Amino acid sequence: MTSMWNEDRAAVKIRELAHLPGALLPILHALQEEFGYVDKAAIPVIADELNISHAEVHGVISFYRDFRAAPPGRHILKMCRAEACQSMDCDTTIRHVEGRLGVRLGETTEDASFTLEAVYCLGLCALSPAVMLDGKPYGRVSSQIADFLIDSLQRRA
Amino acid sequence: MSTTVYIPGDAAAVAMGADAVARAVVDQAKARRVDVSIVRNGSRGLFWLEPLLEVLTPQGRIAYGPIAADAVDGLFDAGFLSGKPHSTCLGFTESIPYLKRQERLTFARCGIVDPLSLSDYVSHGGYRGLERALSLTPEAIVEQVTNSGLRGRGGAGFPTGIKWRTVLQTVSDQKYIVCNADEGDSGTFADRMIMEGDPFVLIEGMTIAGIAVGATSGYIYVRSEYPHAFETLKRTVSIAREKGYLGSNVTGSGKSFDLDVRMGAGAYICGEETALLESLEGKRGQIRFKPPLPAVQGLYGKPTVVNNVITLATVPIILDQGAEYYREFGTGRSRGTLTIQLAGNVKHGGLVEKAFGLTLREAIYDFGGGTASGRPLRAIQVGGPLGAYFPESLLDTPLDYEAFAAKKGLVGHGGVVVFDDTVDMAKQGRFAMEFCALESCGKCTPCRIGSTRGVEVIDRIIADQDRTNNLALLDDLCELLTDGSLCALGGLTPYPVLSAVRYFPEDFAKPTPFRPTPAHS
Repeated sequence: MTSMWNEDRAAVKIRELAHLPGALLPILHALQEEFGYVDKAAIPVIADELNISHAEVHGVISFYRDFRAAPPGRHILKMCRAEACQSMDCDTTIRHVEGRLGVRLGETTEDASFTLEAVYCLGLCALSPAVMLDGKPYGRVSSQIADFLIDSLQRRA
Repeated sequence: MSTTVYIPGDAAAVAMGADAVARAVVDQAKARRVDVSIVRNGSRGLFWLEPLLEVLTPQGRIAYGPIAADAVDGLFDAGFLSGKPHSTCLGFTESIPYLKRQERLTFARCGIVDPLSLSDYVSHGGYRGLERALSLTPEAIVEQVTNSGLRGRGGAGFPTGIKWRTVLQTVSDQKYIVCNADEGDSGTFADRMIMEGDPFVLIEGMTIAGIAVGATSGYIYVRSEYPHAFETLKRTVSIAREKGYLGSNVTGSGKSFDLDVRMGAGAYICGEETALLESLEGKRGQIRFKPPLPAVQGLYGKPTVVNNVITLATVPIILDQGAEYYREFGTGRSRGTLTIQLAGNVKHGGLVEKAFGLTLREAIYDFGGGTASGRPLRAIQVGGPLGAYFPESLLDTPLDYEAFAAKKGLVGHGGVVVFDDTVDMAKQGRFAMEFCALESCGKCTPCRIGSTRGVEVIDRIIADQDRTNNLALLDDLCELLTDGSLCALGGLTPYPVLSAVRYFPEDFAKPTPFRPTPAHS
């Protein structure tokens, strides 16, 4: 579970890793792991620590699909839409989940319970369609199984 | 006496419920007061049988699969701990035809050993390659790799020994070994399996590479979509370091080599070696102009070997068994084994390591058992999102670099994605352009702009707007992408697009257009 953005804790994380060669990606991953996203308030702190410009930090954050600019929902469902999953009709499962949660891939539900994300290959291509829910992989995910996964989380909430 | 039960910890096995099966086995063993020790091994690569549970008996390992957590009770009742029959029993694992017919060199230990056990690795022949390498001169190590005929398994197929020689001969105070573990091609999972199932073989291969070319530092760049592989590597690198297999005095040889594991961030382009280097340096994953080659000016401007996981994981067996042993496998200029990954709409999806030369038909039918849906096969994409779509009529093409190139296709990383007759090839062609647009690093215009224009042109073709002229325009655009792009992303996107048009023209001539799925970021 991620926690609320905290400038001091962020600064500690950044300083812990700043000595690494090529430290920027490890820093951004550490921030996202802690807070679920990379707050824009981190940009000047990182830039200072690594002695690079704000623009360079922003450029890296915006280049990589992984880094979010806003807090995600409580659960993150990544749905693969690469070729192997397409061959097993992942589109139907994706449309079903989008319809059920009322959001498209790349969006977060209004109650902030779910963030849906597209992913391009989880390396589970012999078990398509594949998804990753809160970091856990699932194979052969039909619409019914997707419902089951979402139900089990909603029941727990 | 404790009975050893193997339950894969591989992400694909976990995706089918292996963790729950492991918990159920622990619970049942406790309730029945029997002593069971569980090993979370890698996957054997027979994914339709996952979770595949194995029991060690005096006669050998006996397999049961696929096993659901609620079936574990019944397994205990049937006496599986002594290898007794059960409806899911598959007999001796090694005798399962899918596995028996393979030639597992790189994957010799995957699924057999405990991935986190260095002693298990060593007792199964691990680190013999390094031992041999340490008795050779750097030139002799490079010569072994060159003579083995090993070519880069990441997709480009460049001779590994030649790359190493360039780095060896380039004078520098610092050199690097970089493992490209950004396995982004759909339909591929061989890298992931090795990293999760036999990680020490990769660490050993990188150490040998370091000693061969005079590099003391290495990085493994793992994609973020592989959190399990990342964790396993982090742990095993620490173990290797603790036991003196990494560090300033590798196995007491006086040679120095150490490794760090880094995580990518969801950019397909970082599988391109120069973009990967930029990313490791903490920058946007934009590709670099070549030359200079990374072998001359790579990471932080220093000479760098950049090799794929499978390439590096194959080095130990070459050093251990000798170049001659390895090159006896294969055909023509494709020596050794190819790790074919059967994926998508295929009944028996999984990993097939065989000498180069198996035909697509043999792979898909003799191993894969045809389509998963049971419907007729219509198209196959080999080599990831940049690979050509082949029709049924090309199924007799042997899986080797040259044979595929002759048919305007590419073996790439060995991924084979099967589609049945429900596939809409216009949609697939469109997706290839969409993917290129989504993943373009933006450095060169043909790829950055051309891919978006490509989606639009295909949309017009599908919507039957001035079809003939738009098909000609698509051809022209593809020629520009091929000739004008800086790297393989823009340069090869025309492969899937044009092969779809060429072999499946009827899908581009339908009266009723499909509604394209909008692009998502």
